Amino acid sequence: MCSYLTVPVDITGSAKGSDGWFSVTAASVYFDHPFHAPLEHALNIDFVDRDRGPRARVAVELSADSARELVRCIEAALDAAGEAAR
Amino acid sequence: MAAREDALSAANVLIPGHGGDQINAYQALTGEPGPRPGVLVIHHLPGWDSPTKEITRRFAANGYNAICPNLYAREGLDTDPDDAAAAARGKGGVTDEQFVGDASGAIEALRALPNSNGKVGVIGYCSGGRQSFLTAVSLPVDAAVDCYGAFVTGTIPDGFPLKVVTLVDRTPSLRCPLLGLFGDDDQFPTPEHVAELERALVAAGKTYEFHSYEGAGHAFFATDRPSFRPEAALDGWQRIFSWFGTYLTDSEV
Repeated sequence: MCSYLTVPVDITGSAKGSDGWFSVTAASVYFDHPFHAPLEHALNIDFVDRDRGPRARVAVELSADSARELVRCIEAALDAAGEAAR
Repeated sequence: MAAREDALSAANVLIPGHGGDQINAYQALTGEPGPRPGVLVIHHLPGWDSPTKEITRRFAANGYNAICPNLYAREGLDTDPDDAAAAARGKGGVTDEQFVGDASGAIEALRALPNSNGKVGVIGYCSGGRQSFLTAVSLPVDAAVDCYGAFVTGTIPDGFPLKVVTLVDRTPSLRCPLLGLFGDDDQFPTPEHVAELERALVAAGKTYEFHSYEGAGHAFFATDRPSFRPEAALDGWQRIFSWFGTYLTDSEV
């Protein structure tokens, strides 16, 4: 199936793409067919700067298990940082 | 003389799209002499990608001229297809109006080829399956193939992010015979969605042929995905060439 569903979020940070580092202002999260990963469906995240156009994008395609584990690790790292990450 | 499948040429070309925009398209031409039919190939939501261009070449290798327009060309003519697809997705995809304008430009380009026999078919996969149906109810084509296109029938979910509407109400406007290829295990479209379209085709008195494959789900033609089902895909390709052979030529090509 194609889920078509996309969950957008505004973010603050930087990412490194084919042209080097750039500021990212948004992310699109979706569970759908990947472009490259050899999976039927993947949890895809596009980190983008919409003002800079389609090339300003860093993409990842993760298996569902990998994505859930990544979420757990992100939360664990933030929790471990305590006040600094609040 | 080269074998039919060897005698083709392929390249990117520019064609007029919706609103007079110049869009790029992948064009694969048969090397066979004599009047030949054309096929408009519509890419899926992931974009103007290599697998779709491979499909386009497959038609040329079987005696057709084929064009696959880049529906995301407004994201930049030289933008990587995956980046363009991501940008277009973030904007809710392309509108039906823009798609029809682009498809019209591609159909005219096919008919303008020096070896065209004047007939053009259309085929699309996934979201392109819906757009194949949209083409067939909107533009002058001679045969259509819908490969597991979702949202021709059914209900668009609340809050759905893409700019789509169902098309079943336009079935009486269908201008050509329709071949539909589906998987029994697909969720978009489900067998019930397919049955709804079949009821509409019967009610409108249209020529159609549907096949739904047991043990296959969405994207069973996609050789680079786990969804690939060789038996269904092989049978499907045979039916596609038989369909186009029947309606686009005097004899099967």
